[in-house]
Amino acid sequence: MTTVKKTSDARIHEKLSILADAAKYDVSCSSSGSKRKNDNKGLGDATGMGICHSYTEDGRCVSLLKILLTNYCIFDCAYCVSRKSNDVKRAAFTIEEVVELTINFYRRNYIEGLFLSSGIFKNADFTMERLVTIAKKLRLEHKFNGYIHLKTIPGASEELMKEAGLYADRLSVNIEMPTETSLKLLAPDKNYAEILTPMHYLSESIVHYKAEKKLIKSTPLFAPAGQSTQMVIGATPETDKDIMFTANSLYQKYGMRRVYYSGYIPISGDERLPGIGTPPPLIREHRLYQTDWLMRFYGFNVNEIVNDANPNLDVDVDPKLSWALRNLHEFPIDINTADYAKIIRVPGIGVGSALKIVAARKFGKLDWWQLKKIGVAMNRVKHFVVCSSKDVLFGEATAGAIRHHILSLGKSKYTPTYSPQLTLF
Amino acid sequence: MVQFIYDGTYQGLFTAIFEIYERKCKDASIVKENNLEALVFFDNIRIYTDAEKATRVMKGLRKKVSQECFTNIYRCYLSELKGIENTILQFVQYAFSSEQNIEDNFGNSAVLDVAQTARKVGREKHRFEAFVRFESIGETFFYAPIDPDYNVLPLIVPHFKRRYADQDWIIYDTKRKYGVHYDRQTEQVNEAVIDFTIDTTDLTPTGILFDPDEKLYQNLWKNYFKSVNIPIRKNMKLHLQHVPKRYWKYLVEKK
Repeated sequence: MTTVKKTSDARIHEKLSILADAAKYDVSCSSSGSKRKNDNKGLGDATGMGICHSYTEDGRCVSLLKILLTNYCIFDCAYCVSRKSNDVKRAAFTIEEVVELTINFYRRNYIEGLFLSSGIFKNADFTMERLVTIAKKLRLEHKFNGYIHLKTIPGASEELMKEAGLYADRLSVNIEMPTETSLKLLAPDKNYAEILTPMHYLSESIVHYKAEKKLIKSTPLFAPAGQSTQMVIGATPETDKDIMFTANSLYQKYGMRRVYYSGYIPISGDERLPGIGTPPPLIREHRLYQTDWLMRFYGFNVNEIVNDANPNLDVDVDPKLSWALRNLHEFPIDINTADYAKIIRVPGIGVGSALKIVAARKFGKLDWWQLKKIGVAMNRVKHFVVCSSKDVLFGEATAGAIRHHILSLGKSKYTPTYSPQLTLF
Repeated sequence: MVQFIYDGTYQGLFTAIFEIYERKCKDASIVKENNLEALVFFDNIRIYTDAEKATRVMKGLRKKVSQECFTNIYRCYLSELKGIENTILQFVQYAFSSEQNIEDNFGNSAVLDVAQTARKVGREKHRFEAFVRFESIGETFFYAPIDPDYNVLPLIVPHFKRRYADQDWIIYDTKRKYGVHYDRQTEQVNEAVIDFTIDTTDLTPTGILFDPDEKLYQNLWKNYFKSVNIPIRKNMKLHLQHVPKRYWKYLVEKK
């Protein structure tokens, strides 16, 4: 008789819906980047790329069983649905229940693993210890090699964080707000120091274990998928520049694998926050992620995209196009001779196309037709490059004219879904 | 135009390519034996699969291109797309005729076609690694039916073998009527011979006893799926882009 069945079906259903609902505002869902092999003939393997096993109707990926151990919490953070002053149903899983749900979902190929977080009950160590126990049980008793992401509870002891790192693939501490001023305003129980200390400890430990493993093969894995963090955006008055500068420093200082941006969804009548019914800033969130990608994969410096002259991202066009329009003097570039680093900066060319272009041009000069076949977005690219074709599509157009032309080609894919305007007919 | 007819196997395809070289045939195409409608207008030559001949071509090709590209050709073959044999033929002819490795010459249409088709098959492979749903049919024994657009079963087996080393499982392609069984005792994968009729309308095999716990976990999963949704962010266009409707029939949470 399994534990899940000892609890009545109705009760386990209720717990799952409460504790999944409460966990869903944590956006991280990554299941990639680990190195955990199934070499003990156990269950699961976390060596491959991440897999999204499903997508919710809001288009977000479902890769992990993302739940809270409990939504009882002693903190009162205004932006959080589980804050102690909020009148919601509370529940708590037992350790066995979490283990069995994980194993049984995993065996059916529903999930890549577990993302476990928790409200803080009693104190940080008491909570963290339970999270670690679950990971330990999965690894040691059930020979589970799937992906485990544990939330690090701010204020938990280094001893527990170390143990967490030995069983989890990824650890995360949320920075919560883009600036400390906002954090103090909305989360009186928290401060940046308490959040940055564990981040610092984790980044040091990850580097340390990695270096040691190079020398001594038997060194255990320590959070092989690194650490990540998240901040709520749109709840407080920061500019996109503030947000991206904070993100940039988190990448630089703590070797974050990912910084996530979570558009604030109004969940309370608190007057410090946008009121209930305010639509979440979805386009802004998307532009921030695009900027994040430009920093990590396209060789852009954060200053090039947001700076004092341009503190907020353009909502209508993506940040790469926006940057290119401000820097027309850098164009056109010759697709047949320019460096990869230049090609990757052209609006309408992604990493895949850029690699193909650089490989293919060794065999002969490329023309418009070939570029199109390779898969670049011609409606953008044509304004910024020249190639072997005689017809020059790069004209003398001004930034404004190019922008207008590109926008006139079609409705933004966001317009129909997110437009705040009412449709009358 | 001479048309070479092969039996649909990978070795058969490479035997056909061998024969085309052997006969110094300039204007050849290759077609599967069951694509009969196309046969009327051409001279037809029937090819008998010969492992030795096929291997000679494959070995030669492997010397001309990287392992990755060699795998891409196999993936193209698994696409089962109409005319893919001729794309592969053109690619092989181009590769053999050139001194240098031509696999990166994406300005050439056969090269680009091979790369792009392999990518499509790769995407289907990845989707099936994600969307296969196992049902428990006994003590650590799991079953999953699939009917992919491309023949990706051979490509997904290694993934599931790594992942589910401690349970027996069967993945069965209901469209192509073949499947594989992983036996946790021997750690081997064998062809699954299933002696039951498959009701292709809802992919549920009749006559298999499902684990009584199965329904509980399916319902818990549905519940979970519903609970993690954020209604105010609803975006069905994006949802459908990620989970096209043709996959819904496998997904417990979408049924």
